[in-house]
Amino acid sequence: MTNISVDHLTGIKDLTQQDIELIFKTADSFKEVINRPIKKVPSLRDITIANIFFENSTRTRLSFELAEKRLSADVVNFSASGSSVKKGETLVDTVNNILSMKVDMVVMRHASPGAAEFLSKKVNARIINAGDGTHEHPTQALLDAYSIREKLGEVAGKKVVIVGDILHSRVALSNIYCLQKLGAEVMVCGPTTLIPKYIHELGVHVSHNLVEALEWCDVANMLRIQLERQDIKFFPSLREYSMLFGLNKEILNSLSKEIVVMHPGPINRGVEITSDVADSKQSIILQQVENGVAIRMAVIYLLAAKIER
Amino acid sequence: MEKQVILNEKHLELTLKRLSHELIESHLDFSQTVLVGLQPRGIHVVSRLKKVLEQILGQPVLCGNLDITFFRDDFRRRERPLIPSITNLDFSIENKKVVLVDDVLYTGRTIRSGLDALMTFGRPSKVELLVLVDRRFRRDLPIQADYVGKAVDTLISERVSVEWKETEGTDKVVLFTKE
Repeated sequence: MTNISVDHLTGIKDLTQQDIELIFKTADSFKEVINRPIKKVPSLRDITIANIFFENSTRTRLSFELAEKRLSADVVNFSASGSSVKKGETLVDTVNNILSMKVDMVVMRHASPGAAEFLSKKVNARIINAGDGTHEHPTQALLDAYSIREKLGEVAGKKVVIVGDILHSRVALSNIYCLQKLGAEVMVCGPTTLIPKYIHELGVHVSHNLVEALEWCDVANMLRIQLERQDIKFFPSLREYSMLFGLNKEILNSLSKEIVVMHPGPINRGVEITSDVADSKQSIILQQVENGVAIRMAVIYLLAAKIER
Repeated sequence: MEKQVILNEKHLELTLKRLSHELIESHLDFSQTVLVGLQPRGIHVVSRLKKVLEQILGQPVLCGNLDITFFRDDFRRRERPLIPSITNLDFSIENKKVVLVDDVLYTGRTIRSGLDALMTFGRPSKVELLVLVDRRFRRDLPIQADYVGKAVDTLISERVSVEWKETEGTDKVVLFTKE
């Protein structure tokens, strides 16, 4: 039986190219399912999943919950605000308490890098990382690559530039791993202060000039400036940032070819991307969100298949 | 080990023709009827029936493929392919008469899954079942076919395989004994 090679999805780094292709192939079928009049399959009737979010989220949490419900899993939600975490309970204790209520799988978002990996070694459940600090956000990278594959036919050989706050972005790191495993070329672009010093060792190109980067690429993934993670000033002002690294219609039209514009959300309209670009036909931002549910269904389905009865 | 050829090429052709005529007998001009083949092997039966039916009727017959992987009752219970095949139903089944088509009817569990999968596309007015081979007295569930190509009595240790020119190179139905 061909199945995914990992027991937990803590990061794209652990996946093989075959794993990613298997997830995409399974997601194709789920995409068809979620366009049926009844968007639900009974595969995971006997599985319970806990969504544990120690950080804020709209899209990812909703997307995971929909994916779980469309697979017929039972779902419990937990967010750190209003919980006993505030009373001083440790992460392992919190999760073990939830697991003693017979939960098979945990979807977790946490502010500390490595939290998902740590948990996967400490507790007896399948862990899916829904973002761990500035480290990885594997399902986002999978749905980004899946959306590129859907729009351009394949990912191999394509040139993708990731623009913005690379230093604080888990989306960037997961995207770099995922795109490279699928044979795409990756460039990162942003102000020098927001590009990690040794990132070129991952085999990515580095640019500090937006127009030059856009001329090079087939796809531009515009990241949000994560002010909540920036404890010091990394650039003089948002206005200056958006003048130098913001994507507007003028720049987009001046390019020699039509590129695809992506954004993992939430968008800060007028900062990294203007409204007319976000809503243009070159943007696949809403398709990314739709594909997110199918990709998460595929990941949960494939990991659940490895749970022994 | 191959034990016996149940249907050879000539017989298979005759059987498909007879099944087509039986279908026409109860569905007349097929204006309200669609054929749905169950993935992965039922789709070959459908494509053959479609050819024969369209030849006799002189008009197109609506056909689709349905994958039942996500509706199986043995998820995580046995080594089964996880990877689904393509579902291809480009028409509404609401208030249509649906003929589910598969190659071999054995335990009935695939058909049970197929019925559940079918209902997610709407509410058909009637569902019938057509199978090329019916392995009699081997049912786990109370499911019977309305149209049967050939009924055979088999042992649990045996396996029935339907082979097609498109995939295996020859048209025949064979009974195997497991080594």
